[in-house]
This record gives sequence, C-alpha cells and structure tokens, in this order.
Amino acid sequence: MKTGDLIRALSADADFRPASPRRALRQALAPAIAIALALYFAILGVRPHLLALLGENPRLVFKLALTFLLAALSARLILRLARPGADTRAVALLLALAPALLVAADLVESLTVPAAEWGRQLIGHNAVSCLASIPLLAAAPLVAALLALRHGAPEHPALAGAGAGLFAGAVGAALYATHCPDDSPFFVTAWYGLAIAFVAAVGALVGARLLRW
Amino acid sequence: MLMRAAMAGDAACYQQLLRSLAPTLRAAARRGLAHAGMAETDAEDVVQEILLAVHLKRQTWEKTAPFSPWLWAIARHKIIDALRRRGRRVDLPIEDFAESLKQDEAEPNMLVSDVNRHLDELPPGQRNVVRIVAVDGASIDEAAGRLAMTKGAVRVALHRGLAALAVKFRMADA
Repeated sequence: MKTGDLIRALSADADFRPASPRRALRQALAPAIAIALALYFAILGVRPHLLALLGENPRLVFKLALTFLLAALSARLILRLARPGADTRAVALLLALAPALLVAADLVESLTVPAAEWGRQLIGHNAVSCLASIPLLAAAPLVAALLALRHGAPEHPALAGAGAGLFAGAVGAALYATHCPDDSPFFVTAWYGLAIAFVAAVGALVGARLLRW
Repeated sequence: MLMRAAMAGDAACYQQLLRSLAPTLRAAARRGLAHAGMAETDAEDVVQEILLAVHLKRQTWEKTAPFSPWLWAIARHKIIDALRRRGRRVDLPIEDFAESLKQDEAEPNMLVSDVNRHLDELPPGQRNVVRIVAVDGASIDEAAGRLAMTKGAVRVALHRGLAALAVKFRMADA
C-alpha cells in the first residue's frame, strides 16, 4: 500500500468524527461523578450544619474553595495536555496558584494559632479517613479522565496521566471536604496533599502506558 | 483553510490536504532519520504513521488554533517514537521541521513496507475493506457492493482497520 493509497482510505473515513477530548471528558465524567457521589453518601455523608458553618468558618470556606479551584484548573490543564502543540505553560502557572495559596494559608494559621496547638491541628481527627476516602472518591473520576484523554494526543503520556490524577484527586478532595470537620490548613496541606499526590502518582503510572498513541 | 473544510466533513478537501502534507512530512521524516544516523529508506513508513496519527487524532485540533504547530507536534512525536523503536533516543529540535517545509520530495517506490506487513495481520474483514478502499480506490458504496456488506458495516470496518494499523505501527519492534 502506497502513501497515496493510505490517504485515499483516510479520506474515505472522513465521515467518522471522534469526540474531542473536551466532549469525551464531559461524557465520561457524568457517570463517574455519580459513582463518587453514591460512594460519598453511602460511606461518608455531609457534615452536619455545613451551610451554617460556611458563614462563620473561614477555614472551611478556604478548604472548599481551594479544592474546587484545583479541580477546575487541573481540568483545563489536562485538556491542554491532550492537544499537541498547545501551550500548557500559562495553565500550569495558574495551577501553581493552588499550592501557593495553601502555603499562604499555612503562614496565616501559624500566626493565629499558638505553637502548642500546631501538632493537634496538623494531626486532626480524621487523617486516616482522609487518606483512604479521597483516593476512593477519586477512583471513578480518574478512570473517566484517563479514558477521555485517550481521545486526545498527549505528547507526554505520564504527565497527562499525572494531570488526570491531580484532577481526580481534587474532585475527591472537594467532595471529602464537605464531610471532614478538620478545617485547619495544616491538616489540608498534610493529608489532602498526600492523598492527592497519591492519586496523581497512580495516574502517572497508568497514563504512561494507557495514553501512548 | 483546508483543514477547516475537512473537519466540516468535506472528504475531497480532506484528501487534498493530506496529499499536500505528504511531501513536507516525507522531508521531515527523512531529516529526522538522517539526524539520528539511520537509513532514510524507512522514511515512508514514518510518513504513513504520521498521516494515520493526523487522521485519528484530528479531533485534538481546535478550529481556532493555528494548524502548523499542531501538525508538527504530531509529526515530531511520531518521528521520535519511530526512532526510539529503532533503538535510538533522540531529542529533535523543532527548527529542523520548519526548514524541511521548504523541500519537496516525491514518494519512493517501495517493495516491502511496514504498512503492508501490518495490513496482513489485520482481521480479514477489516483487511479486505481497507485494501479495496485504499489500493483499488473503491468508494464506500462500491466496497459495500463488492463485499456484500452494508455501508455502515464497511464504514465501521474501515475505521477499525485504520485504528488497528496505527496500533500495529506503534507496537512494532517494541
């Protein structure tokens, strides 16, 4: 088969139009979020008086806002990573905002909370639950994001997989944040950070194989 | 822009676009192989692999984005991949491709090519459809008539066959 022949076959296949990564992500995410929500309500459930607490607890507001910001920005990042030749630097820089904000919050916390309390804030009451729940809630969104990225053409499969893990971890963290009563930025940095990093590492490992094209 | 018309479903524009890309891709592939000190005779296999990737991944190009960075990112990815499979690890500067754009090269006559080898390994249903459409130049309708299949089944077999070819290229000599 000569190249001209191949081109003839390719243009005969022009009617077949695969879904863009964005549409694929949207489609895959709907059932994945449903699964995560079902797990959430089955195992964890909403923290009592969540809405009332929002008005009086800035730490809670920050925790929720940060996880939602991370989810939104990492979704943008993976859609960029899925497109060859697309500029990812701007989104990656924007994404660095999330850890920067968290470090800033840690600083504020260290100034407002007495040093003797730091250890208690860091360990909290739910470290183990946090480490287990976030990856569990993130599992279905991770599968969805990886499947959607298969519609894309990531130049760096492991990186795109890590991005998918970051996104899924952030979705899991955002859900978990509405359950867990530990609101200190110290707790969020240590345990949310660890849990999300774990999901990102899994994403990178799977992505390195699954996202090759 | 041809790609825009092609993405809107104009098969003739699409074919014209792919034909116009082939010579510059061929020059880039030769350059890439030469750069790594490898035989340029493999270039046509790489060109075909790039064209397959362009086709199967064209949904990742956005109508508002410039076309050539997208194309060269795909070409570069595929050339590097091909070199790696042949046992080289190389980092190709993108400028090499920009220069090769100016060249114009004709398709060589190949007796044995990767694509034929991979084609032989496809399931018979896909293989027959791809062959009839590609080599004999049959339309979807003609292929359906000759193979006593529905047009939908021909379309599906063609697409699956092309996707399977891309996978075989990628997995070859791994």
